Amino acid sequence: MLDAKIPAGELNNKWTDYKGHCKLVNPANKRKLEVIVVGTGLAGASAAATLGELGYKVKTFCFQDSPRRAHSIAAQGGINAAKNYQNDGDSVFRLFYDTIKGGDYRAREGNVHRLSEVSGAIIDQCVAQGVPFAREYGGLLSNRSFGGTQVQRTFYAAGQTGQQLLIGAYQALERQISLGNVTQYSRHEMLDVVVIDGKTRGIIAKDLVTGKLERHFGHAVLLCTGGYGNVFYLSTNAMASNATAIWKAHRKGAFMGNPCFTQIHPTCIPVSGDHQSKLTLMSESLRNDGRIWVPKAKNDTRKAIDIPEEERDYYLERRYPAFGNLVPRDVASRAAKERCDEGYGVGSSKQAVYLDFSAAIVRYGKIEVSKQGLENITEDQIIVLGKEVVKEKYGNLFDMYEKITGENPYELPMRIYPAVHYTMGGLWVDYELMTTVPGLYALGEANFSDHGANRLGASALMQGLADGYFVIPYTIGNFLADEIYNKPITVDHPAFVEAEKTVSDRLNTLMNVKGKQSVESLHKRLGKIMWEKCGMARNAEGLKQAIVEIQQLKKEFWSDVKIPGEINEFNPELDKAGRVADFIELGELMCIDALNREESCGGHFREEHQTEEGEALRHDDKFMYVSTWESKGEHEWELHKEELKYDVIKPSQRNYK
Amino acid sequence: MEHYNMNLTLKVWRQKNKEDKGGFQTFQVKDISSEMSFLEMLDILNEQLINEGKDAIAFDHDCREGICGTCSLYINGKPHGEWKGNTTCQLHMRAFKDGETITIEPWRANAFPVIKDLVVDRSSFDRIIQAGGYVSVNTGNAMDGNCLPIDKNRADDSFAAAMCIGCGACVAACKNSSAMLFVSAKVSHLALLPQGEPEKRSRVMNMIAQMDKEGFGACTNTGACEATCPKEISLSNISRLNKEYLFASLTADK
Ligand SMILES: Cc1cc2nc3c(=O)[nH]c(=O)nc-3n(C[C@H](O)[C@H](O)[C@H](O)COP(=O)(O)OP(=O)(O)OC[C@H]3O[C@@H](n4cnc5c(N)ncnc54)[C@H](O)[C@@H]3O)c2cc1C
Ligand code: SF4
Ligand code: FES
Repeated sequence: MLDAKIPAGELNNKWTDYKGHCKLVNPANKRKLEVIVVGTGLAGASAAATLGELGYKVKTFCFQDSPRRAHSIAAQGGINAAKNYQNDGDSVFRLFYDTIKGGDYRAREGNVHRLSEVSGAIIDQCVAQGVPFAREYGGLLSNRSFGGTQVQRTFYAAGQTGQQLLIGAYQALERQISLGNVTQYSRHEMLDVVVIDGKTRGIIAKDLVTGKLERHFGHAVLLCTGGYGNVFYLSTNAMASNATAIWKAHRKGAFMGNPCFTQIHPTCIPVSGDHQSKLTLMSESLRNDGRIWVPKAKNDTRKAIDIPEEERDYYLERRYPAFGNLVPRDVASRAAKERCDEGYGVGSSKQAVYLDFSAAIVRYGKIEVSKQGLENITEDQIIVLGKEVVKEKYGNLFDMYEKITGENPYELPMRIYPAVHYTMGGLWVDYELMTTVPGLYALGEANFSDHGANRLGASALMQGLADGYFVIPYTIGNFLADEIYNKPITVDHPAFVEAEKTVSDRLNTLMNVKGKQSVESLHKRLGKIMWEKCGMARNAEGLKQAIVEIQQLKKEFWSDVKIPGEINEFNPELDKAGRVADFIELGELMCIDALNREESCGGHFREEHQTEEGEALRHDDKFMYVSTWESKGEHEWELHKEELKYDVIKPSQRNYK
Repeated sequence: MEHYNMNLTLKVWRQKNKEDKGGFQTFQVKDISSEMSFLEMLDILNEQLINEGKDAIAFDHDCREGICGTCSLYINGKPHGEWKGNTTCQLHMRAFKDGETITIEPWRANAFPVIKDLVVDRSSFDRIIQAGGYVSVNTGNAMDGNCLPIDKNRADDSFAAAMCIGCGACVAACKNSSAMLFVSAKVSHLALLPQGEPEKRSRVMNMIAQMDKEGFGACTNTGACEATCPKEISLSNISRLNKEYLFASLTADK
């Protein structure tokens, strides 16, 4: 049986009690304990910096040329925290409640409550590091709204919140490096974990510049390696984001939790052609002020500005009056797909809807007029003033949009469409963030833990930093306290030798296929299968087909892939090949998981299971569990179920009307 | 927006590794859509090369939306290409015309050695940050975020400096290969905030010392860095750095 190790007692006291009773490691012993942190995004950088401060000997790894470039840097809109600075009714409980509900009742109460409890301290920590959050004229921190909530609890730094938070964590990390507590290995990719006597004892990493394999020992290993949205080829993730680290861990015994739970973000720049290499997000924060609409008439080819107000269908406001444009992402994405499938889509591809700021520009313009006490103002002047305000709030996003599409969103509404954005699934972890392999932890987007079947906006940054700054520093001690008797194991140990050989054999096999198809073209094909059959809407028949197709693709990959260059040099194509090979295997498991879950919940929408109004229909009697998959060899997995118990919140049909 | 297709000649710097001397190679690409990004055009060239059994061109990139600072490239003599306030990954092919020849080179600076083709080693930037580009505050030491109000304009200025993506274009643009804009952006980001105040003297001294040690050149105020910076980091940050540095040198403990 899977034990999530949720502490007993009242929900409010679980974390406090845990902290009061977990084992500690004294400072002298900490210096003898070595921790490997793979990944230096928000989760990894915050964990590594904090563990370094505590006195552990830490090594960090990332495949980019610097920790500052992790995919977290791209987060735009903001980070949630239950500060209630706006006095609008927020509280730890409410953030907890919104997150559980937003996740469609498929997350653990204990974890989510802890997340909510530590959220405030994250903001304090970041401010202390010098993160330049947006402020009001009075000098205090500013907030905005995000989807799925009715309070303003999102802290932000224009449209670059992830960048600013990551730079804060990166600077804390670099400080520990200068103090000698942390050693940094950039342009290094972890290619296997080493397990000795049932415990994780290190990793095999490849120096991407020289192609050399390296062995590294650790008393514990933290995987903070991000999400796997790129299994779909096109996503908002950075190009190199990948699943390799968690997949290798999975093959070494770590179970995967809810792998099919994928978030499709409603507001992204639509695909422009076959050349498309990635998709760009337009932050959810834009839904604070942007109104989403399509023409009321099918196949309306008029320009947006030529369509009069009464001929526009603001379908989110129409269907969900209580939350309007700020419904959660899964709901907004499905609604956009529904309109486009019905023939109301806009733009040349008809696979897009409008996100329109004209009303907000006028509203802000009028506020400025009254703020500045201006008189005899024309409509045009109001618009000029309004544009200034919109520019301050979202300028970088508007610029980004214009650079990609060549259209000016201050004048024309943006065209947007849903795109793969985030993976709620990941390595299964218990309350201590430990996977099913002792000593192996997963933090941030790499784990499955807190977002259930749908993540609310601005909650990934919160979770990554909660895990790294405030959770792992306690929970890892509980494990390492018993490790003080264990001296570092030499990397000449047979388990290290063998793991390195497995990795090296695989790289050689890949290079020696010498087939005809490029890695990129095979990845594109995988993406197409996943998007069409395991994307925004799924059904049993499609998923079964997808599984067969993916198995076929795997065979093709290993018999026909073509990789240029050499093994012992800087070879991005070879690195990509290894990642795509893992994506193919993960894709199969995602389809198996989606097929197993005969219900709709959050981002997982099974067409067979919907209400009459087309909303997700859960089956709590049968699926109130985390699907946890154990690897049993090629194409084989065993399902373990972690039952979810709701002691405080009563699950109900989500309602945003 | 009208779309069009184009055929192009590309002159690309190829260099097997750090030791190799390197040189230009010329390639042709056909039917490139004006809607593509510059890097998507290079993706197509790479597919072509792989199909012909040749080695793909190595170039750095990751986010492809102008925020991670990974992409580089010296395009027709300009870091990140012609567009103002723009990164290479955001450059789109509508900036080019049918029949054009485009020259693509890596960043060139002693402190940024070439790893392969268009990829350079920028770890010197990390070491400059290690020398002092932070606030010394351990996790758990913070007071409530709203205890210390900060003047909005100051916070905004600090943010404007903190937007630096650490790409290194300022160094590539500078005839002296100075990293002054990058360093000044970090110094300003932190010096403008009360949190950065206590360490402001040691920070600027140590970061400048590290910059010199890494082999970056001196700043002679030509302003090429500001003109090329994708985040439009302002030269006023360099003046601020100079002031901070002067103040720090005058008041430093001897
Ligand atoms: C465009 C965009 C905007 C977003 N906006 C928001 C937002 O406004 N608010 C919000 O809350 N969330 C947002 N998110 C989600 C959020 O940014 C991510 O979920 C979060 O940053 C993930 O952080 P992480 O630390 O878990 O992983 P990442 O930041 O992805 O870091 C992964 C790290 O692991 C390393 N790595 C991976 N594999 C290996 C390996 N095999 N070997 C060595 N190193 C490895 C990488 O080098 C990197 O350092 C956004 C996401 C996207 C795509
Ligand atoms: S100052 Fe500008 S050009 Fe220089 S590293 Fe920063 S963002 Fe790049
Ligand atoms: S690839 Fe990230 S800034 Fe260009």
